[in-house]
Amino acid sequence: MNIITNPEKLRGFERNIKVEKISRRSVLRGLGIAGGLVLAAPLMSRQAFAAYQTGAAKMPHGTVIDPRVFVAIANDGTVTIVAHRAEMGTGVRTSLPLIVAEEMEADWSRVKVEQAPGNEVKYGNQDTDGSRSTRHYLIPMRQIGASARGMLEAAAAKRWGVPVAEVKAVNHEVVHSASSRRIGFGDLAADAAKEPVPSADGLKLKDPKDFRYLGKGQVSIVDLRDITVGAAEYGGDVRLPGMKYAVIARPPVTGGKLKSFDSADAMKVSGVEKVMEVQGWPWPSKFQPLGGVAVIARNTGAAIKGRDALKIVWDDGANAKYESAAYRTQLEEAARKPGLVVRKEGDVDAALKAADKVIVGEYYVPHLAHVSMEPPVAVADVKDGKAEIWAPVQSAGGTREDVAKTLGIPEDNVTVNVTLLGGGFGRKSKCDYALEAALLSKALGAPVKVQWTREDDVRHGFLHTVSAERIEAGLDKSGKVIAWRHRSVAPSIGSTFAANAVHQQTFELGMGLVDMPFEIANIQCENPEAAAHTRIGWFRSVSNIPHAFAVQSMVGEIAQATNRDQKDMLLELIGSPRIVKLDSVKDLWNYGEPYDSYPVDTARLRHVVEYVADKGNWKRTVPKGHGLGIAVHRSFVSYIATIVEVAVDDKGKLTVPQVDTAIDCGTFVNPERIQSQIEGAAIMGLSLAKYGEITFKDGKVQQGNFDDFPVIRMDEAPLITNVHIVPANPDVPPSGVGEPGVPPFAPALINAIFAATGKRIRTLPIGKQLET
Amino acid sequence: MIKLMINGQEKNWDGDPDLSLLWFLRDEAGLTGTKFGCGQALCGACTVIVDKQAVRACITSVSDVVGRQVTTIEGLHPTGDHAVQKAWRQMNVPQCGYCQAGQIMQAAALLMENPKPTHDQIRETMAGNICRCGTYQRIENAVNLASTGV
Repeated sequence: MNIITNPEKLRGFERNIKVEKISRRSVLRGLGIAGGLVLAAPLMSRQAFAAYQTGAAKMPHGTVIDPRVFVAIANDGTVTIVAHRAEMGTGVRTSLPLIVAEEMEADWSRVKVEQAPGNEVKYGNQDTDGSRSTRHYLIPMRQIGASARGMLEAAAAKRWGVPVAEVKAVNHEVVHSASSRRIGFGDLAADAAKEPVPSADGLKLKDPKDFRYLGKGQVSIVDLRDITVGAAEYGGDVRLPGMKYAVIARPPVTGGKLKSFDSADAMKVSGVEKVMEVQGWPWPSKFQPLGGVAVIARNTGAAIKGRDALKIVWDDGANAKYESAAYRTQLEEAARKPGLVVRKEGDVDAALKAADKVIVGEYYVPHLAHVSMEPPVAVADVKDGKAEIWAPVQSAGGTREDVAKTLGIPEDNVTVNVTLLGGGFGRKSKCDYALEAALLSKALGAPVKVQWTREDDVRHGFLHTVSAERIEAGLDKSGKVIAWRHRSVAPSIGSTFAANAVHQQTFELGMGLVDMPFEIANIQCENPEAAAHTRIGWFRSVSNIPHAFAVQSMVGEIAQATNRDQKDMLLELIGSPRIVKLDSVKDLWNYGEPYDSYPVDTARLRHVVEYVADKGNWKRTVPKGHGLGIAVHRSFVSYIATIVEVAVDDKGKLTVPQVDTAIDCGTFVNPERIQSQIEGAAIMGLSLAKYGEITFKDGKVQQGNFDDFPVIRMDEAPLITNVHIVPANPDVPPSGVGEPGVPPFAPALINAIFAATGKRIRTLPIGKQLET
Repeated sequence: MIKLMINGQEKNWDGDPDLSLLWFLRDEAGLTGTKFGCGQALCGACTVIVDKQAVRACITSVSDVVGRQVTTIEGLHPTGDHAVQKAWRQMNVPQCGYCQAGQIMQAAALLMENPKPTHDQIRETMAGNICRCGTYQRIENAVNLASTGV
């Protein structure tokens, strides 16, 4: 059975996915409809930006381009700019308002940023995920800024009685050079507000050469000071009068439910006020709560202690036998048999048969947990048919919809206030914790904070999938690769939405499997079935992690088998500079972007490899016991190449002396935050490669905290991480930054380990595999 | 009644004497700068300074700190301009920022004890504080900056 997500019906990358049976024909017809984004060449100065379209208009509620929604100017000149996307560490709460400030000629030191509540009718789409804030909003935010500038200039021209063409906004003032007159934005605010919003086609955007902020990287994030003094507000920091503190005991097996509980001992704990059942939804049910038993107390410590004292009997349900080792065997066996063909060029069977040599690689990447430093937490105040939520959510609009549906009240009666997120990584795209708080507040008639403990986070989250990948590469006598078959078997995120989703969805296949860029005559990608036994969700970089691990490890294996330099091998496989034709891929998912604007461009892929090889000194000689590895991967429509240097001592202890990563993300806004994202991606990549593994036994997650689900700490971090940003060409549309740094890291590391030790790691995490 | 000294101010507590300092600070005293990350002294997000030592508030009970001076991120410096805080801002350390209060408190305690820590001493001491965003390189640079002024 082939179950495919209709891209036209994707309610955002991480929301309301509809998994349904539809014919390929209807999908193709859907894809043929051009996007309707309000972008056109005449809006831009010719040097500024080539016209390009993005998928922004296809997101739920699309894009709102209205300065009256996003910009306010006070009489004292303070400019308030709305940040409608969630801040989880990428810097977007600074970057998007900075774009507006740039274009309207506001002085950044006089700008205040205000976080928008969830309201997509007003602000447009708010799903902060898929590494797309900058690529979807660079132009809209510039248009908003330019509109605001136009209104200020019009107001000034009117006051002076001069043609508007003679005035110009410069650094928080409008200037009439001919008469040396100038008026501050504050003085113009009231008049400017009365001006009509300029029509989009009359807008003139700034020439990039006049940018003061964009592309410079000199602006710190707006929350920097608050963060360093403990004043920044995250989800758990919200305090309301009369607020109760709750923790919840949830069914330990996905799909399980409460049978009975005894709260007598819990009620004896000092500070515990109430124990009650929380409604759960049958699995799968998207982001709805798992249910369980809540302990309500005067503080979180008492609630946790009370929960420890609960006696609960669970009905474990259908997933009670889920066991990781057996499941791995099942996935690997499936990968050895033919599966649903999702890309086909040439005749891979014949080519493999005719090949002089066939190299087979079987790779495994286990479940991963997000473990953002801030575990899920939410505050809700539900009364009189209205709900107000304060929560660290990636999807403010989606949360509002889900709270309304869960409580059975109109969306207009729901307010979702978005706090800072203490990390997100995809976990906080699922708002189950906010729904729990809403349900509890309604039941108690009081404001409630629901705090997840770290163990709750590890055991009841939406895990990264678990994946078996098998690649067969056929080589001719000269060593040229003539056949490539990649089978990818992994339970799909679709299974969180529909019970019958046993194939990877188009958006998962499109993440490094079917968009594989190599120039090989015979290519076949297959996706055998895999049924999920726990909640699967988006994890930073998503399916790119296993797909890139397999593809880029195989490049290392082919180089190894043919005794060639890894980088040369990689470039040979990428082949000629071209736009990769993916015509055989049905329902190609290109990160939600039109392929014309964001094709798979092997010239850029090659360039980023050459760039990192040059900047990262690929040709260098490393000491004995050290090794260099390289990998490249396009994801979130950006191109990233990484070189990792490892050192492995005679006991097998692995250290990372140096990492070099090059990123080509097109035009960019804040290179300083790009650098920080890529530095962080190396740490996350190293964490998952070295340690990352969630396992199941009897249907239950076996890990619980940072002792048994370790992540990289400072003493194991790379000694040096260099980030090389490919200089921006203003004609190249912006692309993702938050996620694409992660996928190439693990294969580069594994290739480096091979160079250092001659040992080929095919199973993640590395764990003890290097120990001697 | 338990009397505590937090950031130079007296706070009273009449509840469970075994309540962890973390939840007392956050939920009872309203000092939310100290963060919850693991509850088991594994991540360092809740690091505060007790007298002159870095302590994980999540495994410290309120009764453990009676008669001692507790300093949280809110009380590290009257205007938020401790050398470590300034260095953090200069190096643009934070990404999401959630772990940074704990990191800053740990770094401040380290520099109190050892004003010129070596590279290895910084990496070893700060290894108790996890940053999932991966800001370690900048943390190390910021500790160096706070220590040496360069």
